[in-house]
Amino acid sequence: MSTSTTLNDIIPGSPAIQESTKVDDVTAMLDSIEGTVGTTRVENPKMEMREVDVFYADKQAIYDVDLDVARNEVIAMIGPSGCGKSTFLRCLNRMNDTIPICRVTGSITLDGVDINTREQDPVLLRARVGMVFQKPNPFAKSIFDNVAYGPRIHGLAANRAELDEIVISSLKRAGLYDEVKSRLDAPGTSLSGGQQQRLCIARTIAVNPEVILMDEPCSALDPIATARIEELIDELRENYAIAIVTHSMQQAARVSQRTAYFHLGKLVEVGKTNDIFTNPQHDLTENYITGRFG
Amino acid sequence: MSLNTLFLIILLLSIASYVYARRRAFVNAFGQTDNKRRHSLPAHYGYLLAMWCALPALALLISWKLIEPGIISNMLSSSAPTEVKAAGETAVGLYNNEIFYLADADSISQDLPAHKTAAIQRLQSLRTASKILLTLILSGVIGLSLLLGLRHVNREPRARVIVESFIQVFLVVCASIAILTTIGIVLSVLFESLRFFQQVGFIDFITGTSWSPQTAIRSDQVGSSGSFGAIPLFTGTLLISAIALIVAVPLGLMSAIYLAEYASSRARSTIKPLLEILAGIPTVVYGFFAALTVAPAMRSFGQSIGLSVSSESALAAGVVMGIMIIPFVSSLSDDVITAVPQSMRDASFGLGATQSETIRKVVFPAALPGIVSSVLLAASRAIGETMIVVMAAGLAAKLTANPLEAVTTVTVQIVTLLTGDQEFDSAKTLAAFALGLMLFVTTLLLNVIALYTVRRYREQYE
Repeated sequence: MSTSTTLNDIIPGSPAIQESTKVDDVTAMLDSIEGTVGTTRVENPKMEMREVDVFYADKQAIYDVDLDVARNEVIAMIGPSGCGKSTFLRCLNRMNDTIPICRVTGSITLDGVDINTREQDPVLLRARVGMVFQKPNPFAKSIFDNVAYGPRIHGLAANRAELDEIVISSLKRAGLYDEVKSRLDAPGTSLSGGQQQRLCIARTIAVNPEVILMDEPCSALDPIATARIEELIDELRENYAIAIVTHSMQQAARVSQRTAYFHLGKLVEVGKTNDIFTNPQHDLTENYITGRFG
Repeated sequence: MSLNTLFLIILLLSIASYVYARRRAFVNAFGQTDNKRRHSLPAHYGYLLAMWCALPALALLISWKLIEPGIISNMLSSSAPTEVKAAGETAVGLYNNEIFYLADADSISQDLPAHKTAAIQRLQSLRTASKILLTLILSGVIGLSLLLGLRHVNREPRARVIVESFIQVFLVVCASIAILTTIGIVLSVLFESLRFFQQVGFIDFITGTSWSPQTAIRSDQVGSSGSFGAIPLFTGTLLISAIALIVAVPLGLMSAIYLAEYASSRARSTIKPLLEILAGIPTVVYGFFAALTVAPAMRSFGQSIGLSVSSESALAAGVVMGIMIIPFVSSLSDDVITAVPQSMRDASFGLGATQSETIRKVVFPAALPGIVSSVLLAASRAIGETMIVVMAAGLAAKLTANPLEAVTTVTVQIVTLLTGDQEFDSAKTLAAFALGLMLFVTTLLLNVIALYTVRRYREQYE
């Protein structure tokens, strides 16, 4: 073996050996982008975001983002850590309101109605735009009470029979009912991680939302539980518009119809998932999905 | 040499041994050929030698000082005058005490009997001898242990293991001192209580409804055979504690919820310390506040609406005590509410719950075990509180549930039983120990319940 053998000889084209993209290059590329590559708008959107800026105190986290969420579609938001994709997701149901220093400007509409006006009540909005979080966070209550929580606070059920009906159908749609039907009064926290996350999804759909936001819903789960959730997301698409933030590009490719790539608070590129992963237009997108940084 | 000098010498020698062994470890790793791979840090060898130097010496010093007085006093007894010896052991003890006292006194009066002067001189010479002997033996012990220590440090490369295990032993000893003290207090209260229950039946004590602990001191005294029914005292304690909790729990809990959920971090960092100041006010200040301000105000307010309020009402004492224990509830509850994970709140807000719904249905149930234990802590504080009730509650043991009347509490009675001149074999004095024991058992039960609640909920919720 000659002394000049490198890893590249053994694994040709290994990303680790290719000339890595320098941070300066990224910044230069980022400064060069004006607006977003690709089509941000869709026909008859469920939600429209226009010129959205988000600030944490003086620090700007999101720069001038335009994006639509279509009906019966899964849109995936990908990008390196800290790129603002979770912050952006949390604008869609005004969860950022719970952070005192956070300020959102621009227009965000749901079915054509601005959600950030004084008349819009965040409580009602969040019933229409549900959210599933990164870490499964069931309440310290029984499985039944976890799912019944939303219907109860919104008065969706007139009596116990209706409540039972809502809880059972939500658990069924979340694909959890068969596993828990014999122990609905067991604590939600006694379930496995994947079951807990499906319980959280059941809890979200129990209030009959129109849009479901998912913030890295599988990042705390093993591959088998992840596969179940991904199947579930695909089924849910029939009835809901879904926006999902994910760190896994395979997941984005599997579950979404459109993909939006965020970098350092800017929406770099958006397009059909197939196009983004096979033929990215922007250098940053290409670098990210080929694993040169992230 | 005096005790302090000896201590100082031991200390200095230990420091010197530490420095010496540490330096030697730097120069050549003890017992190891490969200088770079020393088993322990040089400081560990230093500590090991310092321990060898100090521990045997300190053990000797302490045990000497514990045993010395007994031996000296035995030797004094043997030389006591025959007529004192004839009068029995107690007389000898008294005689010895007098000699000890006279020897320590600044000036000895001249008109002492010759045998006493002789005894004092004998005591002083015994003490001098003891000091010299101690110094000699101590020097020997230190020399020997330093020799042994040096041998040990030279042969034992694993100094770190030994030092670390000594630290563990030291920590265990510290922990046991606290536990042993508690056991000692409980036992002493228990034995005095047993003496009390030999005179007054246990059943009479815990079921009797009349409390008037006056016993006849002289045989020809009129009346006052004493009646020791503790029920009025415990109902009084419970009444005042209940009033205190009725005041403290809602106020404390609401402040905690405000602080944890609504207040901005700036408001929280100002208000929380201010609330905690309430716990720092001396209880005697609360006491005269209750007795001189609150009670008269309640009395005149009661009169104006046609109620007769005693000027030492349970209400006044209870309300003031409630104010005092607010920080126990608010501060601890605030901590447990803040400790509820943000993800729980996010989940609730994400489902469209309002802030108060989130607090009532998610945060509060999750924090409940901690809140319960904070309330029980406040309750045991209220039950054991003394100064406020001594000043603001009455002395008469009345069996009543009316908060406008004067009641007395267990702690007040213990204070009145034990203040002033007492004889320690009368039922009256011993009753204080029995009351103390009952009080201790009550608060212990409360603490056990608190621990049990917390554990039970924790199992259920995790």
